[in-house]
Amino acid sequence: MENKYTGRTFIVEIIAILIGLVFLVPFYYVISNSLKTFADILTNTSALPSVLQWQNYVQAFERLDYLRVFTNSLIITVGSNVVLIIFCSMAAYMLVRTKKKISNIIFMTFVAAMVIPFQSIMIPLIKTAGNLGLLNSMWGLVIMYLGFGSGMTIFLYHGFIKGIPVELEEAAIIDGCSPFGVFWRIVFPLLKPITVTVMILNSLWIWNDYLLPSLVLQDPALRTIPLATFFFFGQYTKQWELALAGLVLSIIPLVIFFFSMQKHIIKGITSGSIK
Amino acid sequence: MSNHSKLEKVNSAAFQNQPNVNASRSVPFMKSKKVKKAGLFALFVGPAFLAFAMIVLIPFFTGVYYAFTDWNGVTGNVSWVGLDNFKYLFTEDKQFQQSFMLTIKYTAVAIILTNIVGFGLALLISQMLKTRNILRTVFFLPNLIGGLLLGFIWQFIFIKGFESIGKLTGISLFQLPWLGDEQTAFWGIVIVSVWQGAGYIMLIYLAALQNVPQDIVEAAKIDGASRFQVLRHITMPMVAPAVTICLFLTISSSFKIFDVNLSLTNGGPFKSTEMLALNIYTEAFVNNRYGIGEAKALIFFLVVAAITVIQVSITKKKEVES
Repeated sequence: MENKYTGRTFIVEIIAILIGLVFLVPFYYVISNSLKTFADILTNTSALPSVLQWQNYVQAFERLDYLRVFTNSLIITVGSNVVLIIFCSMAAYMLVRTKKKISNIIFMTFVAAMVIPFQSIMIPLIKTAGNLGLLNSMWGLVIMYLGFGSGMTIFLYHGFIKGIPVELEEAAIIDGCSPFGVFWRIVFPLLKPITVTVMILNSLWIWNDYLLPSLVLQDPALRTIPLATFFFFGQYTKQWELALAGLVLSIIPLVIFFFSMQKHIIKGITSGSIK
Repeated sequence: MSNHSKLEKVNSAAFQNQPNVNASRSVPFMKSKKVKKAGLFALFVGPAFLAFAMIVLIPFFTGVYYAFTDWNGVTGNVSWVGLDNFKYLFTEDKQFQQSFMLTIKYTAVAIILTNIVGFGLALLISQMLKTRNILRTVFFLPNLIGGLLLGFIWQFIFIKGFESIGKLTGISLFQLPWLGDEQTAFWGIVIVSVWQGAGYIMLIYLAALQNVPQDIVEAAKIDGASRFQVLRHITMPMVAPAVTICLFLTISSSFKIFDVNLSLTNGGPFKSTEMLALNIYTEAFVNNRYGIGEAKALIFFLVVAAITVIQVSITKKKEVES
């Protein structure tokens, strides 16, 4: 708000940096202790590690089955994003362009259902998912994310598509373009900004989700990162050095994702929240 | 050029189509067009709606039905028990009542603190600081990581980190058995969720603060307004809509807290920090009492829905006023 850098701004800056450091303290503790021996953790929790114990990471990497759980998380997150973006952009487009009562009813149902908390759905969902063959299957989980994410995703696409002039599509139809062609060749490329927002919001949610995968994926081979971390941390609470190294390994992909897409993430989150 | 020719094409095509509409031949044509349109509608909307109905709508409504039954998920016969489950919850289930009150208390504390800290951080970042971009990243960083991992990070901090800080500084606050005591475990959850949520709320306040017109602020300063007066009479009213958004965002996310609760305290010590969402989960998947779990979930839903309806009506009213 100030335009000049004054002595007061300098003091504010110092205060802000101190608060920033307080925010980072937990990360310092976790990272520095993940590189210590167990004895060192117990005696010198606050100090920096004297000798870096990289083998903590090697062990945690193996015992977490990190490559496998990372791949599982990746498949589920990417798969869910793909189906959510394809089917929800199509649905939102049709709901905007078809000026009928039914469009309004369907759209309002999607939006209203966003209110329903997961706990009000999970019990019958898990019970019937077994009968539908959706349990213990990554694709079953992806279909569930399509169901859960459709409200928010359609809502965001709907708002964006309303602002796109229809003339362009009409011209293409008259030029002999099929409805699918109109959507995928003309409309969808215009949706890129909102598609990025949708992708970021859904990726963070799905990547970090614990409860739904814990109910759906009972087979240890299918575990995602949060699931594997949960079991790993429970198993090694007495062995902090391994538990912490595993924890850092679980956080790394998120941090990389964040720093590679920081601008989009901050923009997406601010625009996604102000509906 | 190409635009022009396109326009011509549009016009000529429109004219060519014109006579068809009035011709008697066009009736079956129109009909098949209607069917085609409906088919197209189903093709575009169908997949998403089908998944949504199967995953959200049907389980939700069957869940509402099960709230009035004695379903336990094991035996096949499910019988209607009317309001018995609800009677049980409000008269006998002390754990549920405690969880309910605790969740309300937690929500109240968490929304106040998250919003104060978030707004304060936004005020700091909105100054012309040299490190503002880095600081924004730092404050936002915890929000990126899921609640489950955050709970585990803080489990270590509360158990080992605090103990060590307490020894080094001698401050008794750090020497408390944070997760082992009912009171401090509650505040532990609050600390973690404020640490997680403040950065997110900060981003929304920041966007609102950047929309405050600087010429008004300048004019007020020339008229002799103090910093506090500017904040109180110009900045605050200008960011009021963002306050409404942030309050409700934090209300519903706090009320639904699950991950941090599970990984930080798992409801302990002795179930004293078991919030509503965790209580429903335990009832259903540990005790296997689905009927009662569903009754709890229905109450949970009604509270969340009520919060949202109030939120929407308030924001709508605000829009009309402005």
